[in-house]
Order: sequence, then C-alpha cells, then structure tokens
Amino acid sequence: MQPVTTVTGIACPLGLANVDTDQIIPARFMVRSRAEGYGRCLFHDLRFDAGGVPNADFALNQPRFTAAPVLVARGNFGSGSSREAAVYALWDFGVRCVIAPSFGDIFASNATKNGLLTATIGEAETEALLDLLSAKGAPEVTVDLAAQSITTGDLRITFAIDPTRRLQLLEGWDDIDLTLRHRAAIDAFKRTLASTRPWAVPTPRSAIG
Amino acid sequence: MNARTLFDKIWDDHVVATRDDGEALLWVDRHFVHEGSHHAFRTLDDRTATVAEPALTFGVADHYVPTLGRPMIVNQDIAGMIDRLSANARKHRFRLFDLADPNQGIVHVVGPELGLTLPGLLIVCGDSHTSTHGAFGAYAFGIGASEVAHVLTTQTLWQRKPKRMRITINGTLGPHVSAKDLALSVIVAVGANGAHGYALEYAGRAIVALSMEGRMTLCNMSIEAGARCAVIAPDEATFAWLRDRTYAPSGPAFETAMAHWRTLATDAGARFERELALDATDIAPMVTWGTSPDDALPINALVPIDARAEKLAYMGLTPGMPLADIAIDRAFIGSCTNGRLDDLRAAAAVLRGRSARVPGLVSPGSSAVKRAAEAEGLDRVFIAAGLTWAASGCSMCVGMNGDLLAPLERCASTTNRNFRGRQGPGSRTHLMSPAMVAAAVVTGRLTDVRTLPPLES
Ligand code: SF4
Repeated sequence: MQPVTTVTGIACPLGLANVDTDQIIPARFMVRSRAEGYGRCLFHDLRFDAGGVPNADFALNQPRFTAAPVLVARGNFGSGSSREAAVYALWDFGVRCVIAPSFGDIFASNATKNGLLTATIGEAETEALLDLLSAKGAPEVTVDLAAQSITTGDLRITFAIDPTRRLQLLEGWDDIDLTLRHRAAIDAFKRTLASTRPWAVPTPRSAIG
Repeated sequence: MNARTLFDKIWDDHVVATRDDGEALLWVDRHFVHEGSHHAFRTLDDRTATVAEPALTFGVADHYVPTLGRPMIVNQDIAGMIDRLSANARKHRFRLFDLADPNQGIVHVVGPELGLTLPGLLIVCGDSHTSTHGAFGAYAFGIGASEVAHVLTTQTLWQRKPKRMRITINGTLGPHVSAKDLALSVIVAVGANGAHGYALEYAGRAIVALSMEGRMTLCNMSIEAGARCAVIAPDEATFAWLRDRTYAPSGPAFETAMAHWRTLATDAGARFERELALDATDIAPMVTWGTSPDDALPINALVPIDARAEKLAYMGLTPGMPLADIAIDRAFIGSCTNGRLDDLRAAAAVLRGRSARVPGLVSPGSSAVKRAAEAEGLDRVFIAAGLTWAASGCSMCVGMNGDLLAPLERCASTTNRNFRGRQGPGSRTHLMSPAMVAAAVVTGRLTDVRTLPPLES
C-alpha cells in the first residue's frame, strides 16, 4: 500500500447522514472482480434513476464536483454491512478522503486497509464546512494527515483519527507482513491452547465431518 | 485480580501480543467464510499464501444461493460466485457447507446449530451480523475483506479494545412481544451509531428468560446500533443448546468446557463505561417506518410529524399517519435475524387457519431449520395460508440472489436492515418480528398482532 500523507483537491459536500454501505454500493454489483473496477457503481442508485439517467440533485453529479477526491458527509458514514467493496467503489471513483462526524466501525477499518483516509470532525464543524463548500464554486481543501488538519481558505479544522490507522496510512504498512513478524508468539499461543482451552478446537463427531 | 467484565475475560484469553499503540493481536478460534469472501482469497493468491488453519475455517454458501428452483442455477454470475467458493474450499482444504450439503444455511444460523459457536470463543466472519454468535458468550464480530485475508493467512487479527456498555433489561415481555421488538427498542434507545466503539453486554431477567434463538436475534441486531459486538453470559440454556451438537465437545470434554464457560460472567464490581436500563414490560410490538433501523416505533404510534422529508418521500408515507394504516404489497419471513425454528413457529401460530392478503416468501434460516419445520408441519401452515415455502439462504434480506422486491414495493420483513434499496432498487422495507409480519400478511397492512380477531373454531 502506498503511504498517504496529504490529500488535496476539490471537496464535494455530500451532506447525507447515515450513508450505509448499501447506498455506497448496492449489493447486486458485488459479483464483480476488483479488476473490472467499482467506480461506476459508487452510489449507483443515488446517482442514477431506474433508467440510468444521472440524478441532477446528487452532489457528485454536479460538474464542479465530479472529480472531487474529498467527500464531506454527515454522521454515521459507512454504517451497515462489512462489504469492503464500498471502499473499492469510493477508491476506484477517485475518492481519497471522507470527512464526517462519525463512521461505521468496519467501514473505517476497511478504508484504512485500502489507503482511504477517514477524517472525523465535530458536528458543528461539519455543518460549517458543508455550508462553505455548497456556497462557493468548487473549493479546494487540503487534508494533512501528519498534522491532522483540514484547511480551505481561512478555515482550519483539526480532525481525529485512530492513532494506529493514522500510522498505518502514513507508513503504508502491510498488515499481514507486520503480523508475520509475530510468528513465534502466534505459534507459542497456539501450543498453549491444548492445555488452556482444549475444547476450543472443533472435533466433529464421526458421523458427520 | 481486578473485577472483569465477561467481555474482558474473553479478550484476555485471546491476546497473542500487544503493541505500544495499545492494539492487541488476537487469536481467532473460528473463521466463517461465504461466497462474498472472494476478494480475500484473491489476496491470498496474489501473495501465494495458503490458509493457516483450515481446521478452524468453515465455509457456507448463503448470500448468493437461490431459494427457488434449486439445484438449477440460471444466473451465471450467481453460479460463478458459488463455484468460486467451492474451488477455494477445495484448494485450501477447509470444510464447506455448500448448496448440496444437508447443513447448508445462513452462516449465523449454521454456526450455532452445528456447535461450531461456543462460549468463550473469538469468532469472525466477513459479515457484519457475526455479532449474532455473541448470544453464546463469544466475542464475535464482522470484518472486511482485507481482515478476512489477514485471518486466513495468520489466524489472528489486530484489535483495539472496545469500551464496554451494559444494557440491563428486567421485566417480562408481553404476549406476542419478542426479542425482535426488544432489539428494535434497544436500537431506538441507543441510536443507529450510538454504540460505536462499544462491546455490549446484555444482562437482566428479561435476557435470562429469552430462548437461545431470541438471544441470537438480539445480538444479531446490535450491529445496527453501531456496536462492535454483543455478548450474553452463557447459562444453563446455553449449555442445553450446545450439548450433543455435531462440532461441540463431547463426553468429558464437554464437562471441562462447561467448567470454563461457567466462569464467563461479569464479576461483581466490574466497570462499564456506559450503563443503560430498559424494562421489557413496557415494550410493545415495534415496526420501522423509515430507512434506518432506529426509525422504529410501537405499532400503535404515528409516522413522526418531524420526519425528514427525503425519508418520507422514499418510503411513500405522510407525516402523522397511523403506522397501522400502512398497506403492504409483500411479506418476507427469514434471514439470520428471524429465520430460526422459534421464529417460524411464531409466524405459523398467527397464520394457522388464516389466509394471506398479500404474497409472501418464507425462507428458513438453514436447511436443518427447514427439515425441522417440515417435520412439525409448519410448511403446510404457510402454504395453506398462501405463502411460498422456499429453500434456505439470505434470500430477500439482501438483493443479490434473485429474491427481490420490485421498485416501490412495500414489504413487511423479519430482516435487519430497512436501508434504501436493501431488498432491491427502490424497495420499501418495514422491519418487524415474525408474528408481526404474519399479522400484516393476514390484514394486508401493518397490524398489531395482539389485536387480530380470534379465529372462529
Ligand atoms: S441473512 Fe441478511 S444479514 Fe444475515 S448474513 Fe445473510 S445477508 Fe447478512
């Protein structure tokens, strides 16, 4: 994974609350392989009507926001299912950072693993940022992960992020490689299981197996 | 030793290593995978890695399986998803309960049914409703595809310890009021993301009185309050459920296990960061009216007058209208929330001798539930009432296997999510208990099951 330090670009005031992962990517698109790309599926049923015509009211469909790498939403962004395809869809569309007052737990974890930055700010700051982004042409923001700051014009907001997620993004580390360095501890733990919790290993009765 | 909560005890039993930043590497006792896990297997292929612990890995075909016309699969995309899971199971040598297996079903129904789910285990699955297994006193939670790949490769997972919240529910549930009504009431009390960052523990007399099925329904829905997981201390009901299950320990091993399981209770004086109390006696049958699970109200309430306009527009409702005036087009009974034998019995008890005003689909939570229901004639009750009796799978809970609502169709559903489009593009979902869905089927509108006129004998 590539390290993430800053994201700079146009920010789209999505403004929606409780954006669940079924909105981010409807379930029917999830048979795709990653190679086919998920960008077109992002917010599919919000972006397009039943006939495939773009919904002009949807913020990302406005020409000034179509290439925005930053989204600003209201609370509980990414609630619902654990589908990592929600992050693939955002990423493949070109989104690199989502700013919101709170995120679904599994979504935020999935985001980090794919280099997508989730910046948590207060409710009042979210409203201020949404107002500012909706009013002007197509404002650029800079999200600085090291400084944990969002700046646009004169506005500067500090954001929160889990310290481990921050570090993982900054360093672009690979979780699996990192864990494999603990192999000896894992093997040792496994050996103790036989004495501490022998019943924890499944042993199917012979009839069915 | 300090007083510890039930959650702390399970956590402590699984720590392999800790890091300076406070994250712990945890051992995973059970890993369930399903068709949707294909991205993770792809990651393994890219790394030329293999599954570290095939004996602790179990696969189930559920999300994509058709529930009608089996074993024929017409849709090639769906057939491809199921074949891919079988191919990965063969390649990585883990046990798969595939379409043809007598134990096939929804992963969160099958795990407990087979005794793969046990108290004190750490259980993960690439599915958010993994919280279901917490009903047995396990630390169980959903993970994304990258984490699935991590568990497949290392049998471990990094976690930051969540805060602890106890929800104590005393009192007694009234007639026709079920664990689903309790779950929706909890979500309303906590909010759709109110339990974010918390491990929940349910305690109190109303929890002890719940059947294992009811406990699973409650823990299942806890993710809709944003919780990492939910746990209920194992007790005699838990042990009775587990004894003689296929994969549960047997003979002396069961007694050894039970001795450990009895220690899995919160110590007196253990600290919770948050405490909440509800009284089961106050709870009425609940229904959702909006597009978030916390948009739930007692059936005798009105659509809120201050509801957000876009929710009302999507759901096609007017503010202030009685919930009991909402007419439905269809009904669905099933899912990992309410597809167990208890749930089917509750619905059948309402439908016996009555007939459906609207079409409805019943999909048992597992093939074993289907057989058990058929053995007691529940299938005939549903069919006689005019509903369709289908095979087991996620079915109409999630729009990916062919069971769908048409746009604008309104469904009374025993599932867990009323999100926009969850049951198909433009679908409108009202969540409620199996008995309440059955009542809605009989009248064609949302109905308080307690007010259905008695059958003439
Ligand atoms: S029944 Fe629904 S909620 Fe449960 S595992 Fe299947 S799709 Fe997920």
